[in-house]
Amino acid sequence: MSTEDLDKDHDSVYDGLLDADHAGDDSQWAFGTDFEDPLAGVDTTLPDGADAGALAAYCLMLGDDALIGSHRLSQWSSRAHDLEDDIALSNIALDLLGQARLLLARAAAADPGVVPELPEGSPVPPEDALAFFRDEGGFRNVRLVEQPNGDFAETVARLLVTSVWRLALLERLAGSRDTVLAAIAEKGVKEVTYHRDYAARWVLTLAHGTEESRARLVAGLDVVWPLHDELFRTTDVERTVAEQQVGVDPASVADEVGVLIDHVLSVAGLERPTRAAAGPVAGGTGRDGRHTEAMGPLLAKMQVVARAHPTGLW
Amino acid sequence: MTVPSALAIASEVTDPEMPMLTLADLGVLREVEEEGRCVRVRITPTYSGCPAMATMRDDLVSRLRSAGYADVRVEVSLSPAWSSDWISERGRRALVEHGVSAPGPAPERTGPVPLSLLPTRREVTCPRCGSGETALVSEYASTACKAQYRCTACLEPFDHVKEH
Repeated sequence: MSTEDLDKDHDSVYDGLLDADHAGDDSQWAFGTDFEDPLAGVDTTLPDGADAGALAAYCLMLGDDALIGSHRLSQWSSRAHDLEDDIALSNIALDLLGQARLLLARAAAADPGVVPELPEGSPVPPEDALAFFRDEGGFRNVRLVEQPNGDFAETVARLLVTSVWRLALLERLAGSRDTVLAAIAEKGVKEVTYHRDYAARWVLTLAHGTEESRARLVAGLDVVWPLHDELFRTTDVERTVAEQQVGVDPASVADEVGVLIDHVLSVAGLERPTRAAAGPVAGGTGRDGRHTEAMGPLLAKMQVVARAHPTGLW
Repeated sequence: MTVPSALAIASEVTDPEMPMLTLADLGVLREVEEEGRCVRVRITPTYSGCPAMATMRDDLVSRLRSAGYADVRVEVSLSPAWSSDWISERGRRALVEHGVSAPGPAPERTGPVPLSLLPTRREVTCPRCGSGETALVSEYASTACKAQYRCTACLEPFDHVKEH
């Protein structure tokens, strides 16, 4: 047998997919051979009187909360204490990634000016350009979602706060005059309901578990708390979209979120942490593109492959 | 011989992750419009992050093109949001036949979503032995849309499609 024949024997198992019979048959490819527009066929016309720039900026805020939160949760994959929770955290991350994709696509459709420029001929769709080609200052997520995971108890504490808050926002956003945002929110409500229940139940389990689990949860809540106030700080963009009835003023959900978190903490036999709010930096927070030092390394990891191949097709 | 309609062809395309179900049985196939050799199909994702959407689209395009439809467009429908109530009776039977427990009625949603601190209570029957003695293992399973259960009678684990 010649070397050539040997090589032939060791051809890739995927070669069969390239048979002439299947040429041009996209169904052979698990993820398709090109990108699809997640809003294909969805009417993305702006509602009357809605400001395109403000709507796009608002979609980036909610989209970035989901994208960066999803990235952090996905870092638990293969690292959780058991398979069930590994899968649960990954599925929560996947739900958020799906919401992020729709929200970033909605931002790009509302105002194409928000999408970073890419080299000519790049096949990168707008939502990917927003995720992978914006620099740190362009991200509008709250600082809480970008924090390192810490241990499982800290992740649960953070997920409790972020999911109670996000669900309260999405429930109201389902009534947005922007039918695209309303539809994204309506879908998201069903998903984040699970995230909130998951986090709240784990808070109770850890609080009533062992001395160690309770101590870790208390420590986790302490770490999370200083960035909690920022979730209810209204920016100009949020004020504008709330006035135009396309978005939600986060200050309007503060009471409800407080009641729900207090309820979970009281069933857990815990007090609200007393640590002081982290406050803005140079007059701004995550919503203004001012992030903590955790954000740079997170983006470096998340974006490096896409940036190395700006004309790559995945 | 009659030529099958685009609707009939699209209705036979199966879900990539639950191939015992057609997209029509799953309630993901929302609309098929046919005009001459052009077809417009609307599908809706089960969950926002459903990674199977591109595969569903490609499968639909491939099957309809093979059937002679030259212009096939697959569009996304986001509203109303998918509900597990849209899974057909035939779909539910197919799930159980393949060892997956079918969802009960989806929760009614009026007013604020209640916080639920106790494990979700469902009447779940083991799809393998038919016992009602089942226990929840995890609210998430092989996909986001399923929970994992085990049967305490026959001891087999199984997936349950969640009420959504």
